[in-house]
Amino acid sequence: MSFSFLEFLKSLVELTTGTYLRQVWGDAPWVDPTLDVIGALLVATFGLLIVLVLIWLERKVIARFQDRIGPNRVGGKYGLLQPVADALKLLTKEIITPAGADLWAYNLAPFLIVVTVLMMWAVMPFAPGMIGVDLNIGLFYVLAISSVSVVTILLAGWGSNNKYALLGAFRAVAQMVSYEVPMILSLLIPILLARSMSTVDIVEAQAVPFIIVVPLSALIFFISSLAEMGRTPFDLLEAESEIVAGFHIEYSGMKFAMFMLAEYASALFMSGLFVIVFLGGYRFFGLETYVTSGGFALGNLIGLVAFFIKMFVMFSVLVWIRGTLPRFRIDQMMDFNWKFLVPLSLALILVVALVDKALPVGVSAWTQAGVHLVSNVLVGAVALEILRWRGRKQREAQEGRQEGLESVGVEATVAEAVAH
Amino acid sequence: MIEQIIFIVISLFTLMMGWVVVSNNNLFHAALALMASFLGVAGLYVMLDAGFLAMAQLLVYIGAISILIIFAIMLTRRMMRTDESPFNSQPGLAGLTAVSVFAVIGFILWQMRQFWPVEPMEGVSLAFKTPVPDSMILDSVAAMGRAFVSPDAFVLPFEIASVLLLAALIGSIWVAWPKTEDEA
Repeated sequence: MSFSFLEFLKSLVELTTGTYLRQVWGDAPWVDPTLDVIGALLVATFGLLIVLVLIWLERKVIARFQDRIGPNRVGGKYGLLQPVADALKLLTKEIITPAGADLWAYNLAPFLIVVTVLMMWAVMPFAPGMIGVDLNIGLFYVLAISSVSVVTILLAGWGSNNKYALLGAFRAVAQMVSYEVPMILSLLIPILLARSMSTVDIVEAQAVPFIIVVPLSALIFFISSLAEMGRTPFDLLEAESEIVAGFHIEYSGMKFAMFMLAEYASALFMSGLFVIVFLGGYRFFGLETYVTSGGFALGNLIGLVAFFIKMFVMFSVLVWIRGTLPRFRIDQMMDFNWKFLVPLSLALILVVALVDKALPVGVSAWTQAGVHLVSNVLVGAVALEILRWRGRKQREAQEGRQEGLESVGVEATVAEAVAH
Repeated sequence: MIEQIIFIVISLFTLMMGWVVVSNNNLFHAALALMASFLGVAGLYVMLDAGFLAMAQLLVYIGAISILIIFAIMLTRRMMRTDESPFNSQPGLAGLTAVSVFAVIGFILWQMRQFWPVEPMEGVSLAFKTPVPDSMILDSVAAMGRAFVSPDAFVLPFEIASVLLLAALIGSIWVAWPKTEDEA
């Protein structure tokens, strides 16, 4: 088959360029590696460039929350070129290495953190057939890579030779290692329902989006992914009022920019992961039949658009939360994780597995979803009731103690007065 | 052929990092090299089509054990400034142990030589790696999951391991539980 530019353009729109190029090039030994390299470059470039959009979006949205206008000078009325200006500013700034820094750790950290974030994009199914690599252990791969990013933060914190950086790194590691537990547990539930860890299989299994089937698991995942990213209300690792900027305090210029880049890229990735695992990924109401069967030429494109819309809605929710909620205290954060999220997600796994096993084979997807939904709501209600009961007991204990203290205080002053 | 070269490069990387671990004066750098060595082992698993094992290696060894080690090192900052040699007075004994372990492994491999792949593929012999069919690789995770809970396979060791972990979990909670006032 010879190369035709028109056919190539058509394949671009249908998102089947890889298949088309393979047809054109035949099955020479260099074809597969070349296509792999092109694909990796495309995914990595996407992961880096989309950050420019994210920065603009976040600045603009957060400005609206704070009753400001936001960027409005560079690049027209809406400040569209503001992130480009930011990036240029960071590129031209001097890179300072602090005295006494551990050079290996200090210089490796910013690169490794970007690499780990970009690696995660490899298993993200953007549209039907449009995925870096469909691993049968997709979600496990994401978790493994994100656990490596903890190490890079430790490197940065230690290498900087600065007490705030080290404190920030300690906090970051404690937070990320802790919140990894409920995150993995809550991801197990969709895996259980889809009977696969592959991201594509999970999307295909969602005839009913999993957020309707297991809303509690979605909530736990969302909260713990917020903590994994270190975004508000879990941004203790860079709490400005306490430890200035956390683990990246000593970085300047482009090295600092790489931390920012990794932060935004991972925020978008986590939104994308939420979309894939709980919102049905590239599926869009009835259109997924066209999308998956391939009978409709533009089906893949519709899937892509649907995925991106969902992903950016999720990202906007992150910004919304940042604009609304204050920061946790560190002990509250740990208590919330170990005493609430972990037990709740463990109980939820047990309930979902039992309900799933108890359901007879062959019931419709919507019936299954309904039964799971009811069991989820019940677990959530029980958890809330237990919380309320604990809270009341704690409040009563505190009030009782305060009353006791006050009466003791009054008696003491009276006794003193009498003695005089 | 290319796969074999990559395999050898990754193995060399792993071994080199292992050497850095034992020979470096700076404990923190040694821990980093240990991490890189773990990463190399994960790479070897990937080359051997054991993706699940590779990811478990990343998650457990780099994500958990190395972080524990680094935390332990960081809490003893004075140890970092040492100029002492990482070698003690027993290099000969250690070398002897290493050589004898290597000899045992080599002996076992030699004894298993009838399992080595014999038929060369396009003039290239694949050392220790018989080609695995793709379908087997794709199903390997599901097969492993089933094997863990099947009475014919590993359900007993799996359950024993989980009971052990549960005991460790409860034990750590017990140790960390705040003492009541009459105990203190």
